[in-house]
Amino acid sequence: MGFLESLSEAAGLIAGFDRDLAEIIVLSLTVNLTAVACACLIGLPLGGAVALYRFPGRQFVTIAIDAFMGLPPVVVGLVVFILLSRSGPLGVLGLLFTPTAMIIAQTILVTPIVAALTRQIIADLWLEYGEHLRSLKAGTMQSVMTLLWDARFSLITVALAGFGRASAEVGAVMIVGGNIDHATRLMTTSIALETSKGNLALALGLGIVLLSITMSINALAYFMRARAGHMAAFA
Amino acid sequence: MLLVFGLPVPLEAQTITLGATTTTENSGLLGEILPQFAVATGLNVQVVVQGSGAILKLGETGDLDLLLVHDRIGEDRFMEAGWGELRRDVMASRFVIVGSAEDPARIRGLGDPVSALRQIAETGNFFISRGDESGTHAAELRLWEGAGLAPQIDQPSWYRQSGAGMGATLNIVAGLGAYALTDIATWLGFGNRAGLEIMVGGTDPRLAEPGLANPYGIILVNSVRHPHLDTDAARRFIDWLTGPEGRAAIAGFVVSGEHPFVPTGGGE
Repeated sequence: MGFLESLSEAAGLIAGFDRDLAEIIVLSLTVNLTAVACACLIGLPLGGAVALYRFPGRQFVTIAIDAFMGLPPVVVGLVVFILLSRSGPLGVLGLLFTPTAMIIAQTILVTPIVAALTRQIIADLWLEYGEHLRSLKAGTMQSVMTLLWDARFSLITVALAGFGRASAEVGAVMIVGGNIDHATRLMTTSIALETSKGNLALALGLGIVLLSITMSINALAYFMRARAGHMAAFA
Repeated sequence: MLLVFGLPVPLEAQTITLGATTTTENSGLLGEILPQFAVATGLNVQVVVQGSGAILKLGETGDLDLLLVHDRIGEDRFMEAGWGELRRDVMASRFVIVGSAEDPARIRGLGDPVSALRQIAETGNFFISRGDESGTHAAELRLWEGAGLAPQIDQPSWYRQSGAGMGATLNIVAGLGAYALTDIATWLGFGNRAGLEIMVGGTDPRLAEPGLANPYGIILVNSVRHPHLDTDAARRFIDWLTGPEGRAAIAGFVVSGEHPFVPTGGGE
């Protein structure tokens, strides 16, 4: 198996663009982006709050959030699997082997990344603007909201870091999704499956397709940010 | 119940979740017969692929409706413990021992898999075990037992456990130029043989040497233990698979010009 062969496989996959591949790409993006959106809904306010509120155990919470950035996907997958299994505490929901189960697992993986990076960014901004905000008699909650808004361009990078984690992992989605064809098969689980069949060229071809998608999304975010930044500068 | 945020998931109630061994999926068998079942009945089958041991455990926890496995001893234990409602024979396949073409242990053409394993142990050439409680792993351990050896316990340096599916294990076997026991269906469909060849056994399941036979059964998970299971649809699948249409589909499945499965279902 040569690398050139894989490149031509990848080119063939993109040019042929069959329905199965399209379905896998759409499902992958839906799961990854939904998980990142959920993680941002939780992680942005959480990170901002931990940065500015003073409460007992704050140091411990900060360390815990930072540490959870390194959560192993297989462990998260296993815990979510046990919770969602029919014999587990949330078994009645019947969510195991569904896209929702994959979104739950990935949200758990991505939230600490969003929260930890947000906390750092907001804490740094506070050093710069804290006095100003205090002189305006802004409450802590108001300060969090203001700084989150001011940091929005940096926070896009935070969301992209979270997306990187979600789109690249295979351990958690494989366990809780089950890699079911036409239901829970994502880009990464397809690559694992094709590798296990010994179809190495096709597997690497899929890998190249995945990398191109990640690249496109980051490019899109870059140009959105650049354009918004440009407009803001001349507003 | 599929609570999803508007995701492209088949929402019809009649979806069966089938747990199947890696061998039936990696060989392409399921990819060929499940669409035929869908056309015949309008029912949708979702497949979760794992080793037989893991599939049987997912049956115990009620996370699967149907189990297509090949570990007769494990299957019988599952039925005796009351986890299954019904078990039927589905098909027979076979195992072979594969290895690098150089064949350092000189086992090529041996008629008896047990003496082949003994010879591999004596010469100390790499043997890669699945080590994952799959049906193939169970069959391999029975062969070692027949040889009067227990490398999985003694852990000699030539015995390695991959802990992975059949295809992933064959990738390792190819990389190390080692020996392994594999089911014939995965072998025939495997794309990365890289100098590996069949050493012991042939491709015809009906001519399997003792110890290399590989029978598959299907089990309906007990809906008394797990009331949420929809056994009507699952029963239809069993009836179809062991009936004339399913038997024809299994018999007609071809990989690399060979028929790796022979239907055995049909009797009540």
